[in-house]
Amino acid sequence: MDSALIPNGVKRCSMGKFLLWNSIIGLVLLWGVFALLLCWIKGLNQTNMNNAYGFALWIWADLAVIALGGGAFFTGFLRYIVGKEELKNIINYAVLIGFICYSAAQLILGIDIGQPLRGWFIFWHANIHSMLTEVAFCLSCYFIVLCIEYIPLILENRQTDKVPFFHNLTHNMHEVMAIFAATGAFLSFFHQGSLGGVSGVLFGRPFGFREHIFGTIWPYTFFLFTWSAAACGPCFTILVTKITEKIAGKKLVKDNVIDLLAKISGWMILTYIIAKTADTLYWAFVTAPSTGFILAKFYTENPGSVYGYWILFLEIVICGFVPALFLIVKKWRRTPVLLWTAIILAVIGVSLNRWVLVLQVLAVPVMPFTDWNIYFPSWQEIATTILPVAYGILLIMISYRYLPIFPQEAELNPIEPEPEPEQEAKPEGKAEEIKTKAGEPELKPAEA
Amino acid sequence: MEQVKDKKFGMVIDLDKCTGCGSCMVACMSENNVPFREDETDKLLSVAWMRVYKMTNRKPYPDTEVCYFPRPCMHCEGQHSGHSPCVSVCPAVATDYSTATGIVSQIYTRCFGCRYCMAACPYHARVFNWFDPVWPHGMEKSLSPDVSVRMRGVVEKCSFCYHRYQKAMEKAYVDGRKELEENEYQTSCTQACPAGAITFGDLNNTHHEVYKIAQPDHKHHGKSKNPKVFRLLERLGTNPKVYYLSSRKWVRQLGDNYRPDEIMK
Amino acid sequence: MLPFISFEWVWDMGHLVFHGGLWYALNIIGLAMTYCVLKTIYDTYKGKGAQHH
Repeated sequence: MDSALIPNGVKRCSMGKFLLWNSIIGLVLLWGVFALLLCWIKGLNQTNMNNAYGFALWIWADLAVIALGGGAFFTGFLRYIVGKEELKNIINYAVLIGFICYSAAQLILGIDIGQPLRGWFIFWHANIHSMLTEVAFCLSCYFIVLCIEYIPLILENRQTDKVPFFHNLTHNMHEVMAIFAATGAFLSFFHQGSLGGVSGVLFGRPFGFREHIFGTIWPYTFFLFTWSAAACGPCFTILVTKITEKIAGKKLVKDNVIDLLAKISGWMILTYIIAKTADTLYWAFVTAPSTGFILAKFYTENPGSVYGYWILFLEIVICGFVPALFLIVKKWRRTPVLLWTAIILAVIGVSLNRWVLVLQVLAVPVMPFTDWNIYFPSWQEIATTILPVAYGILLIMISYRYLPIFPQEAELNPIEPEPEPEQEAKPEGKAEEIKTKAGEPELKPAEA
Repeated sequence: MEQVKDKKFGMVIDLDKCTGCGSCMVACMSENNVPFREDETDKLLSVAWMRVYKMTNRKPYPDTEVCYFPRPCMHCEGQHSGHSPCVSVCPAVATDYSTATGIVSQIYTRCFGCRYCMAACPYHARVFNWFDPVWPHGMEKSLSPDVSVRMRGVVEKCSFCYHRYQKAMEKAYVDGRKELEENEYQTSCTQACPAGAITFGDLNNTHHEVYKIAQPDHKHHGKSKNPKVFRLLERLGTNPKVYYLSSRKWVRQLGDNYRPDEIMK
Repeated sequence: MLPFISFEWVWDMGHLVFHGGLWYALNIIGLAMTYCVLKTIYDTYKGKGAQHH
């Protein structure tokens, strides 16, 4: 039915199957939209937030998706600025994932603020000393960049590409893409950092507060956030690529591309986690004690021992050093199980880091005569957090079906040439067959 | 009307006198049109500018001692002028530090409800309007015309009854004066306290009672020279303008966090 | 956000650096996009891109 829109040389599932899955995900999306409307119409009393927990699940989701979406700017940086040519085979998908993450973040922020209609005040009445202002500006600007990077991909659809104007526009935009990538990297450096500064500047919250570089400008979490997003963002890109390959039942990106990105990610994670360890030690033994807090005050004697030392161990060792080593050692990262483990751990690690620096900051009692604050999200908060996930899956499904996202797909999954109209009529399970026929592509060393 | 000198309005609360009756909270709510709901069981959803905490020395009977601890907004000045925890983080300049009065303001019509200031404030002095403000039928007629009511979705907090300052300044202007007498501007909690535990005035004015008790050392970020006076969480560097007075050591010690090795000393 | 217009604007170092960076980035994005669109109009007018179908 829609074969005229499907890219040349690749095979897609039947329209019926496509629509069925769209509807299932669409239902989840509708559930989220319902919760969103409840929050907008009835107000934030629909959440389990309270005066002690002003920041909660949504702010964590924001910080987490932006960190995970960091794969877009960092892959772009590596491809266009550093010149890692192989990455052109995954950059489209990195951009799409980044686009989804950043639009999701903006959507969540739109629900999170108490007066959504006044959201523009953050730009118009900007307090430039606030970390959130910097986040808002850079995030919006970078989203424009992501749109610009996504547009050529949309225009490369078989039908739009026939229009000379669109064809030329795509071509011209590709010509100057390095400029956009560089601007994107510049903006990302600042907003990823500012998100790290959000809790780092809170000198009233000893759990979150960190020393500042040159005494006043940025807390050290600024750099840790940028670094961790650049380190773990590509892991999320690889993870989503791998999941897509599993679902599509075929290889979409050659192993040497994944291998290169994984190797760079590994070194980034290792350097990040060493810096993070140093930061944690300095904070635990110098910064926090200077205001009367010892480490045990942050990690013990809380209801149900939810916040324990296990968080530090999980974040730094299990989700830090372990994935770093798995990705750095060539033999390990080329073992599929270990690669999967490493990228999943890295994604959990960076998300846990964001969780701790939002939720635990507010959970720790600061006034000595008060107790720990414990929070669990309401279903409305959960539904509105799942909403962007559903939206992301839909956008990936639609983009994958109609746009040439994976330049290597046709080469990796050759199909016998057939007249166009019959292309969609192929039996289902064929994709699996094709995959085995094509065989695993040989592994090329990723040394640059 | 310009003042001659910058003021630093502040408060001393005598914890030895406070009985925990809650008059300050009631007076504050009615003075400032603070909304309430039918069910106020969950205090973490309540809008309260002044809140009285209860603390104990955590000793078993018969050595148990209790102290009630009123907590308004601390109107922090921070380590450099106006760098209070909340003002520095507000992305839309919806809260501001006045160097003329030392009061931290909240501009309700500009606040868009991001709640970053609430995360920044270690005193929980800032509260969010989770619900639409609704008063029981007829009660809206008793609202004060001097204070605007707040809409759902914005943050609010104690203003040191700033409207009273404005009124007092207007009166002084009519009288041809530029300065206020000490008793001309007092907050509603100060006046409502039956025990007279709250003293309010200008911390820059050596003649004011508040100055005499608090004895702020302005060279050291307002730290009190009175050994019985302390400020809540002073060590964080928030530089609050609300001082507490207590003759009991355990009360003073509960006003801040100390490492075990410090308590030993 | 805008100099001269909004009253929060202060001519100090912080504002110059922050907004300098912001407008710098926005201008680069804007100029690059304008270049793309203008060149595309020119190319299309010259008949480029039409022959490949």
